[in-house]
Amino acid sequence: MSEQYPALVVIGPLLCALLVSVAGWLRPRLCLPFALLGLGISAAASTGLLAQVLTSGPVTYRLGGWAPPWGIVYQVDNLNAVVAALVSWVALFNLAASYRAVMTDYPEKIGPFYTLYVLAVTGMLGMVVTGDAFNLYVLLEITSLTGYALIGLGGGRAPLASLNYLFLGTIGASFYLLGVGYLYIVTGSLNMADLAKLLTPLYGSLALLAAFAITLVGLWMKMAFFPLHAWLPNAYGFAPSPAASLLAPLMTKVMVYVMIRVMISVFTVEFILQEVALSQFVVWLAVAAMVAGALLALGQRDLKRMLAYIVVAEVGYMVGGAWLGNKLAMTGAILHIINDAVMTFCVFLAAGCIYQKTRGTAFEDLQGLFKKMPWTMTALAAGALAMIGVPPFCGFFSKWYLIRGGLEAGHWGFVIALLFSSLVNVVLFFRIFEIAFFEPMSHGHGGHEGHGEHGGAVALAEAPLSMLLPLMAAALGLVALGLATGPLVEKIILPIIPAGLG
Amino acid sequence: MHSITPLLAVLVSLAAVPFIILCRKRPNARESVTFIAAGIKLLLVASLLPLVMAGKEVGITLAPVLPGAPLALKVDAFGLLFALVSSSLWIVTSAYSIGYMRGLDEHSQTRYFCFFAVALSATIGVAFSANLFTMYLFYEMLSLATYPLVTHHQDPEARSSGRKYLFYIMGTSIALALPAMIIAYQQAGTLAFSPTGFLAGKVSPVMAGVLLFMFIFGFAKAGIIPVHSWLPAAMVAPTPVSALLHAVAVVKVGVFSILRIITGVFGVDLLRGLDLGLAVAWVAAFTIIVASLIALSQDGLKRRLAFSTIGQLSYIVLGLALLSPKGMTGGTLHIAMHAFGKITLFMCAGAIFVATGKKNISEMTGIGKRMPWTMAAFLVGSLSVIGLPPTGGFISKWYLALGCLQAGSVALLVVLLVSSLLNAAYFLPIVYRAYFKPPTEAAWAEGRDEGPAAAWVPPLITAACSLVLFFYPQPFLRLAQMAVASLFGG
Amino acid sequence: MEQYIPLFLTKYNYWVYIALMMIGLWAMIAKNNLVKKIVGMNIFQTAIILFYVSIGAKYGATIPILQHGSGHGHEAAVRAADYINPLPHVLMLTAIVVSVATLGVALALVIRIHQRHRTLEEDEILEQLRES
Repeated sequence: MSEQYPALVVIGPLLCALLVSVAGWLRPRLCLPFALLGLGISAAASTGLLAQVLTSGPVTYRLGGWAPPWGIVYQVDNLNAVVAALVSWVALFNLAASYRAVMTDYPEKIGPFYTLYVLAVTGMLGMVVTGDAFNLYVLLEITSLTGYALIGLGGGRAPLASLNYLFLGTIGASFYLLGVGYLYIVTGSLNMADLAKLLTPLYGSLALLAAFAITLVGLWMKMAFFPLHAWLPNAYGFAPSPAASLLAPLMTKVMVYVMIRVMISVFTVEFILQEVALSQFVVWLAVAAMVAGALLALGQRDLKRMLAYIVVAEVGYMVGGAWLGNKLAMTGAILHIINDAVMTFCVFLAAGCIYQKTRGTAFEDLQGLFKKMPWTMTALAAGALAMIGVPPFCGFFSKWYLIRGGLEAGHWGFVIALLFSSLVNVVLFFRIFEIAFFEPMSHGHGGHEGHGEHGGAVALAEAPLSMLLPLMAAALGLVALGLATGPLVEKIILPIIPAGLG
Repeated sequence: MHSITPLLAVLVSLAAVPFIILCRKRPNARESVTFIAAGIKLLLVASLLPLVMAGKEVGITLAPVLPGAPLALKVDAFGLLFALVSSSLWIVTSAYSIGYMRGLDEHSQTRYFCFFAVALSATIGVAFSANLFTMYLFYEMLSLATYPLVTHHQDPEARSSGRKYLFYIMGTSIALALPAMIIAYQQAGTLAFSPTGFLAGKVSPVMAGVLLFMFIFGFAKAGIIPVHSWLPAAMVAPTPVSALLHAVAVVKVGVFSILRIITGVFGVDLLRGLDLGLAVAWVAAFTIIVASLIALSQDGLKRRLAFSTIGQLSYIVLGLALLSPKGMTGGTLHIAMHAFGKITLFMCAGAIFVATGKKNISEMTGIGKRMPWTMAAFLVGSLSVIGLPPTGGFISKWYLALGCLQAGSVALLVVLLVSSLLNAAYFLPIVYRAYFKPPTEAAWAEGRDEGPAAAWVPPLITAACSLVLFFYPQPFLRLAQMAVASLFGG
Repeated sequence: MEQYIPLFLTKYNYWVYIALMMIGLWAMIAKNNLVKKIVGMNIFQTAIILFYVSIGAKYGATIPILQHGSGHGHEAAVRAADYINPLPHVLMLTAIVVSVATLGVALALVIRIHQRHRTLEEDEILEQLRES
């Protein structure tokens, strides 16, 4: 059984997606159980896989028994084992939390929604475990297409936002495909490990540089790396809450993972640092992403859109960390993939809970929420503190490594931008908390007369328990991840940092 | 020595929070929870006293989050002194809170008591931190836990003060203290406080200077000018918050952080070698004089107390920055002595507000007739803050003065004396006005009416403590001496 | 200048795919009608498919269907130069499926947009959104 884990991670949800879609026609009530089953299988398998990788080293799984480089292999080491576990667990929690929202918002589309949902997760998991460059493209498109459809389910501006995302996403994926084409031309291989071997003698070739640059631009487009981020705020801001809290935490993070994978496993850090020599430029782009994401977030008057711009800034953290070119920064970038996925999940799910009760996430809808939804707001506060980077929440620790990496590289711009974006996060989140805490202002409340029950009109109206429990789990996860930073870095991340990094 | 007691001491008030929430419908049960937690906390802290007095260091490592900087607690004489002060005053303040909050029929009392308990956990956490990272963690926890307390009234004034509070406290800690901490870690590879300072021999002189001032202004809770103005703004909070948090816990956490920076991060020798102690001392001296001058012109009683606090905090910083054994003893001791004095003053201000609704000094003419006991406590508190016998404040000031001489700086001694005069000039007129001028409010002449006993008895208790501390300044003096002795090699 | 002419002529498949890609990209950016944008997107994807297909081609080679039993020993070995490379073509089968699926999703979205806004002209839709 355990040697089949890599396949189960992907096959489980894939088959269950079929079941869900059939159930959607016949017995809509069975959709959720099947979807839970599928993601449960992948969550269990990916956890088992992680344990397996940690105890006995990287796993190579040959699909259909074909040997690499001809057959497709799933190549799992610490990095993708942990990302796969992360993706499947977050998706599972979000699925459990989405139950009520889907019931109320899309009663007639339960089947399609869960099918798309499970397929999207299948694609992401596939992208994470695969060791084949072209296979990755196909899985990327599976995730993207289901993602477009999930976003397009939303009302209002969602279809238009989704179409724009589709245009830019298709360009991004096509660029990736083009880059892989060039790699294929120069090597004749599509297997990542094989590519890495064949590429070494070719360093210095212009075609290789072109392949790398095109691939990278394609991936940046998919991860909304500034200035290619234009699709993200609308897509995630207008998406249905359950889709937003699936895609926003995971999609960008999986793409960052793919970028790091391409950087360290297909090309090598030696190639990146010496042949490409774009590190300075990319890190400055990341700085721009952090600053621009923070400033644009300041201009928003809607919680979800504000969070979407914060995602843009967070992508800057990770890309910058991956390109700073030292072990500390790379550790920070990988740690931030894990941490940011959980904290983005936490805040988007909290926004979903708020939407569930108030039917809106504009700032005016947030008044009095500390009274109305104390638990949701507590979780939102936890997510906010993680994003600001307050210990012991996990965000602090990835920032810790990223800042140390920036200092080690002597890149003060990066360090200052990171601190700046943390400070802006304070402003952003406390602006929300102020609205939720102080407003509606009670009038004639000068000095100390007439304190009574403040804002007595606001009654407790908490989100359903099926949403609250996953939310609380995510919020607690933020602290747990933070406290587990030591072993996480020591056991999982450090062993896979390439030795070539300074 | 490995022990779980410090952890329990930190957690006990945090563990009280769920019970406080559970008992939200029954105020008496709810407040009992606070008292029980406060009592247990004091007992736990006190139980560490014999060990520390015997020269042992008690500690526990909780999680190895960062190499060289685990989440770890360690109790030494400095920390125990601070923990003892704050946990004992928590009990008094809890009693006072009940009188004040119920006396004014304040809203959201459950929230208030919850965050109060969290704040106390964070305070003890800072006191017991074994390294800079753990201290930063609890420091930020305290900043966040006190935000809902400062903005308790939820009106526009509270909101703007809350903004100022966050801007100064969170802003400086993220923009200055955090990068300074990371740079220090980058240089030294560890953050664990050591009696000789973990940065000793690891940094260049310029970097040491830059880091030192990043830390001193980064821990803005210490209220060094120019990062002081959150403190007067935070006076919109209910008075018990001002009393415990802004005379004892929050501001002393700031000062205590600077204490750790001077003693545990840089170390006496490094600072002395680079003459940085003197630089810090003059920054503190500047703060002392300016804050005292501003205090003179304040009519709002709490605002005057706030500026007085800013000045007094800098006494502590000054004492530490002198880097002489007597001066450092005085500074450390002043953490305790000033706490007892200032909390008395704040509680008196609150008691006056509960009983009469007056906030301004100019409206308190003749209030001594109405509230003789409260004003008596106020007098004792004033004397202690000014530093006159027979109050505890005299002892710490005495040591500070000796420390100036020991460090050979007569100029700083002059600063101390001038500021003591200024202290007298802004406190004693209040007492004079209260007792010796005819009341302006007709009702006040009729006789004694001090409002709810829970509001005016606690200040009397702390005032009595101030008096007792003059005659018997233990265990604080002993702890301060032990702590300082450990820095100078026994 | 002259040295570029052979480059242009021998690598003409690259220039063709780049030209097609740019046409598609231009349509996606500049066209106002959403369906025309989608058409542009399709041209863009097709350009890349063409690129892949062209790199599998060889002069003088035939389709990769192997004959059995045409000789013994080393003569039985397949000479790769005789056959075009089938792998890029097979990959493109998948890519074509992907592009068809993308087209389908895009058209579905366009239908939803049309239901809501009663137009497919982007400026008119944005106008409507600004007013609401």
